[in-house]
Amino acid sequence: MSYKIGIDVGGTNTDAVILDNHNNLLGGIKTPTTKDIGTGIFNAIEEVLRQANVEASKVEYTMLGTTACTNALVERKNLSRVGMVRISLPAASSITPMYTWPQDLRETVGELCFEIHGGYEYDGSLISEDLNEYEINEVIRSFKAEGVEAVAISGVFSPVRADQEKYLAERLRAALGTEVPITMSHEIGSIGLLERENSAGLNAALVKVASLAAGGLEKALQERGMNPRIFFAQNDGTLMDLEYVRKFPVLTIGSGPTNSIRGAAFLSGLRDCLVVDVGGTTTDVGVLSNGFPRTSGIAVEIGGVRTNFRMPDILAVGLGGGSVVRVENGDVEIGPDSVGYRLVEKAIGFGGDTLTTTDVIARTDSGRINHPAYNVERLIHIPETVVSRVNDRIRKTIEASIDRMKTSDKDLPTVLVGGGGILIPDKLAGTSEIIRPPHYQYANAIGAAIAQVSGEVDRMWSLEKSTRHQAVEEAKETAIRMAMNAGAESDSISIVDFEEVPLAYLSSSALRIRAKAAGTLRN
Amino acid sequence: MATLIGEQEIEDLAIGAAILGTGGGGDPYIGKLMVQIAIRKFGPITLLAPHELPDEALIIPTAAMGAPTVSIEKIPNGMEGYNALRALEKYLGKSAYATMPIECGGGNSTIPFVVAAHAGIPVVDADGMGRAFPELQMETFHIYGIKGSPMVIHNELGDHCILNTKDNLSLERFARAITVKMGATSHLAEYPMTGKQVKEVAITGTLSLAIRIGKAIREARMHKENPIEAIIDVTTNSIYGPAMVLFQGKVTGVDRQTRDGFVRGMIQVQGFDKYQGSTLEVDFQNENLIARMDGEVVAMVPDLITLLDLETGLPITTEAIKYGSRVTALAIPTPEIMRTPQALEVWGPRYFGYDVDYRLLEEIHPEYYKQKFKVSEEAEPLEL
Repeated sequence: MSYKIGIDVGGTNTDAVILDNHNNLLGGIKTPTTKDIGTGIFNAIEEVLRQANVEASKVEYTMLGTTACTNALVERKNLSRVGMVRISLPAASSITPMYTWPQDLRETVGELCFEIHGGYEYDGSLISEDLNEYEINEVIRSFKAEGVEAVAISGVFSPVRADQEKYLAERLRAALGTEVPITMSHEIGSIGLLERENSAGLNAALVKVASLAAGGLEKALQERGMNPRIFFAQNDGTLMDLEYVRKFPVLTIGSGPTNSIRGAAFLSGLRDCLVVDVGGTTTDVGVLSNGFPRTSGIAVEIGGVRTNFRMPDILAVGLGGGSVVRVENGDVEIGPDSVGYRLVEKAIGFGGDTLTTTDVIARTDSGRINHPAYNVERLIHIPETVVSRVNDRIRKTIEASIDRMKTSDKDLPTVLVGGGGILIPDKLAGTSEIIRPPHYQYANAIGAAIAQVSGEVDRMWSLEKSTRHQAVEEAKETAIRMAMNAGAESDSISIVDFEEVPLAYLSSSALRIRAKAAGTLRN
Repeated sequence: MATLIGEQEIEDLAIGAAILGTGGGGDPYIGKLMVQIAIRKFGPITLLAPHELPDEALIIPTAAMGAPTVSIEKIPNGMEGYNALRALEKYLGKSAYATMPIECGGGNSTIPFVVAAHAGIPVVDADGMGRAFPELQMETFHIYGIKGSPMVIHNELGDHCILNTKDNLSLERFARAITVKMGATSHLAEYPMTGKQVKEVAITGTLSLAIRIGKAIREARMHKENPIEAIIDVTTNSIYGPAMVLFQGKVTGVDRQTRDGFVRGMIQVQGFDKYQGSTLEVDFQNENLIARMDGEVVAMVPDLITLLDLETGLPITTEAIKYGSRVTALAIPTPEIMRTPQALEVWGPRYFGYDVDYRLLEEIHPEYYKQKFKVSEEAEPLEL
């Protein structure tokens, strides 16, 4: 028997779960997150191995979900000095690279941006000219003089044809050395020059942070005498290996909600359902469709920068277990403010002075709260009318959110995770059943542990030399091949996401196709 | 009154123009950034009302043409439209007094501002579509007798063609073919006309209307008020008519296909609240064309049909709409100049292949509009 450990490093807790190779959950643990990340991870691994009574050497895989990159961007900490090159002239110069970035972020990563001649049309032909040595040498001289720590390269229509990005990357690598990582935009994003370029720039800025996180995990495991294959969870519910994380750290952003949804699905055994994660301050509603979180089509801002990552489509509402309840002239008002983690001192039932949603629920059904310090006697003065109105308001808020996230009138099963799940009644309009799975508190770590490996392609196909059918097949085959290269068991790979977008206002023959294939890890 | 347009006005314009874009016209995001950068460099841009134009002045409208999907990748260098304008000036042997949009909906509302900033000339507060439309001859300029050519079509490399065609339909065909060869995006300077002609054939006040709509939505959101009410207020005090809510519900079906270079399809919305149990179907060809509630037509082209995010009041394009979006379907009656028999021949429902006669939005919904017009007659006209 071999085992895998899933770890979720959050702002407050580091969670770990251990599963066997048939995905049976053998143990789960919550420990405080430590400043150096690594110690918290080490502690969590220790505990969970002891709990499940498993030998460290039998752990074959370790999967980590982390917010390290998100936090680094938000806090502008540990970011690399980035040199950016856009291959585009004489097109695209109306909006310079990093123009839309927040000023403080620009200053943190340096504002070393170049635009050089080159780039392609939508069919892969040259806009006008190929790269020229004079401009390349100019870029190299400047990057050397400024001591850039990472490079981001973008090129017009590089998702269609990447030759120029690749050639420039080779030249820069030869000149700057392998210790300066280079991000090529075609490897990281799809059509939409500004958003793809931004993603590449953020990625370059994050390579140091990723090295720290990856190094921390490696060190923690080595100290424990373990040598498993290490994977990081990425925003689409699939995994990447250490080498890949060091190259594409930005893809870890958004993995938290994804893991939570996939973990909930795993615990309930469903592939199509709604997932409601009730926390202390907010409730997140997500949709699991065919085993993967439904993604949002809207441009996502990360650290104030617009990108085109496909993030899970999450609806967050300001309702949680710690939400403050206000009563005025018989009317009730819930949140959006919350006592948060101070519930145990602030809530009336805990002897505090703030009426929270948790108190009202406990007044309805005292059996719901199971905590030694919680005393339902303190709730007696809460009037019946307030109780019924709060219950009514909670139900309506959740039902509206669920309805908003559904894509058809069909009732769907709903899986509840998160500590505030007690707020949710056992029947809700629009849902076929409410499932409260055991171990729901480890949904994130479980989501990381069960994640799949994937391959994805998103580019334009010219229909002048091939038919639409051929283009579609080629796109699917490319995605499947990429999933295999990433380590997926070939029998298990399927196309999990597919989209074709025709070009509006044109009778020319080009088609944009996005395809993603995913499968389970090869043993 | 001449107005100065700064970065904030362009921010508002981008939102208002997307509403007047009725689901099409392309995302104004790139255009907005281009204008804001130009304003930082050259200062605010003057917006002139058509009545402020000398009769003999030369006005050259400017625009971009092509696939929005391409223009978010091969972004303009910002000089294409300016160069097109200069090339047409040279051909005509006369300088432009001002430029103006051919289309106030979507991305093309922003292009003349980029041109104007570089050329140091004003933009005329008017256009030829009053919304977004898919074809070049769908212009009041065309309908009321202005020739689209001579036209200059320009790319980022400096390549340009001067087109002289026997009619505006040929102009549309040739321009589209050249645009494909230019990499599926191009910039145009076309429909050169006099100040007098602008006053006769253009739809006036459309840019300032878009700015006012965008501002109203922004301020409503800031004060946590209803953005839909704000849009109704602004349109009531314009040459358009009061906007009306057609429907509210959730998108349960989007059918999209490409034919002859256009994205055609249908959006299905299941109603909630007072529309519970009803279905709205919106047909589109790049732009939204016709809306049916339970099979009955409730609004049709050229009147504006726009889908807005239920919560934010922000418009959603036909390219971005998806299953599960919660929307308000809004209709806005168009000004008289867009509803004449000549105009309806060019952009009425029959032109788009529907076997129905055009009916005014106000005729389809007499109750709502009887009440609206009564209210607006009593009310004092608002300041711009």
